[in-house]
Amino acid sequence: MSEAPSYLSPTGHEIVFLLLGVVVVGTGLLVVTTRQVVHAALWLVVCLGALAGCYLVLTAEFVAWVQVLIYVGAVVVLLLFGIMLTRAPIGRSPDLDSRNRPVAAVVALATAAVLVTVVVDGFRHAYVDLSPGKGTAEEVGVAVFRYWVLPFEALSVLLLAALVGAIVISRTDIRGR
Amino acid sequence: MRTFIALAANPDYPTLEDFGKDPIWISIIKAVGIFVLLMLGVLFGVWFERKLISRMQHRYGPNRAGKFGLLQSVADGLKMALKEDIFPRTVDKVLYFLSPVIIAVPAFLAFSIVPFGPMVTMFGERTPLQLTDLPVAVLLVLALASIGVYGIVLAGWASRSPYAVLGGLRSAAQVVSYEIAMALSFVAVFLVAGTLSTSEIVRAQSVGGTVSLFGMEFSTPSWFVIQLIPSFLIYVICMLGETNRVPFDLPEGEGELVGGFHTEYSSSLKFAMFMLAEYVNIFTVSALAITLFFGGWQAPWPISLWDGANTGYWPFLWFLLKMVIVFSFFVWVRASLPRIRYDQLMAFGWKVLIPLNLGWILLFATFRALRIDEGNRTLIMTMLAFVVLACFLIYMRFDIVAQRRKREQEAEVAAEFEELGNAPEAGGFPVPPLDLPHYHGVQRKEVSSGTH
Repeated sequence: MSEAPSYLSPTGHEIVFLLLGVVVVGTGLLVVTTRQVVHAALWLVVCLGALAGCYLVLTAEFVAWVQVLIYVGAVVVLLLFGIMLTRAPIGRSPDLDSRNRPVAAVVALATAAVLVTVVVDGFRHAYVDLSPGKGTAEEVGVAVFRYWVLPFEALSVLLLAALVGAIVISRTDIRGR
Repeated sequence: MRTFIALAANPDYPTLEDFGKDPIWISIIKAVGIFVLLMLGVLFGVWFERKLISRMQHRYGPNRAGKFGLLQSVADGLKMALKEDIFPRTVDKVLYFLSPVIIAVPAFLAFSIVPFGPMVTMFGERTPLQLTDLPVAVLLVLALASIGVYGIVLAGWASRSPYAVLGGLRSAAQVVSYEIAMALSFVAVFLVAGTLSTSEIVRAQSVGGTVSLFGMEFSTPSWFVIQLIPSFLIYVICMLGETNRVPFDLPEGEGELVGGFHTEYSSSLKFAMFMLAEYVNIFTVSALAITLFFGGWQAPWPISLWDGANTGYWPFLWFLLKMVIVFSFFVWVRASLPRIRYDQLMAFGWKVLIPLNLGWILLFATFRALRIDEGNRTLIMTMLAFVVLACFLIYMRFDIVAQRRKREQEAEVAAEFEELGNAPEAGGFPVPPLDLPHYHGVQRKEVSSGTH
């Protein structure tokens, strides 16, 4: 167990990681404050892309590219698809804010506080070993299918249930009783 | 015996450790080289496609500018550069400008992991003939392809035109669904090669393995295209879908949507960027097909008998030859097939390609498991029996439902025909009466339109 380096002399990795973190938080705020619906989705792309950059800095290559592939490449494209099918005006929409704004802010701050407390409490002195080769597909596969099989399978079932639910809700030819 | 010779003659396959050690100027030379190659490739590719498709349609194609019309693409490029750059007034200015860039940049970036050859000596430095490689290189290509979709979707949305929006929407749905099938078709390759890095996948195709079946030893062919033929066929379909080529060119659909997502990019260099990106994307998926299924840069069979075929810069030539052949396939498909309908496209992607792919992966993984583990054979066989039984039951269930639905539809259509035969106006559509003189000749007196 090596000595954790001091916070006062940051390395290049740490600076890049911090800058990417600032980008993530900044674009995350822009997602909820911008007045243009499609631009919000695009800021989300930047946010998730910067998160992938964070993973790259932590040498988790596989997770980083899967993040780009799934979140940037599929989830937000589907979001855009949905927005464009319903309404996607070019320019500002004045009615994007609802009256729930203060409540939403409180919930967001509370969630952030809980997460930050847990992470700081749990990993305050942990220091990630940044030697390359720790984040390959093989390592991740071994970790997921040897030590984390049960959570993985539980998540799969959860996603499957969500999928079936979405189909049932969206199909008009299946009637409720 | 042959494998032994092949190993002895080719000692210079790059490994992952060989990457990331180039001096910066070598990297710059390689990057510029790839860029120049792609630009020339697009110029030549456009000409080649027009020429080849012309010959398939019994015409000559471009033959005015330069010898054999070779300068036609150059002339077109110059024309686009000199045209007025029209900026429609009500578009979303930033996105309208950015989307050609968004589509072009990932297309070029994806080429950085394509292996063109083995270790070579470049200006005194020993280096692999490939810009870079990662342990997850193929995933990088998929990720970049998925970013390129934004160019199309945003071009469609930002140019404030119904045709463009429809094109963008179609593109989003199409690429998202075909990318899944495409990624699944790589899984079998990863299973055999045991890696996601492109240079190591090429090396995995240098020697064939052996399969023992019923006590006999068979040597499997070295290129993955033969032992993974279902994956390859699915990949071929997906690469047409992924690059918006005929028969999957619905986002452009010039018959229905004017120009599809680039309707409003009527002129100028922005349209040239779309054109460029389309061709570079074709080159990328072709290069990926060659790398994953056709042995990469390694010489094909008759040439591979020559000992020096896979050394030095020669493999670059074999790679380019394979590229030309795959690109010709694209042109051939374009000359032969009509565009398919949107619902057919989605149904084909989700209901045929993806289930087929999953089934094939299960089957293939079972065979692999049978080969590696002697001790657990009964367990694997039991699981295999379960899987086969489950597949059969699911198939039966779907088949029964499909049969019933088909019979119902047939009965419905027959009933409708009968009804329409008795009373032609019953369908709700304005139908001309079936006793119209147009159908039955002039024996009956026709009522002219002027009298009422």
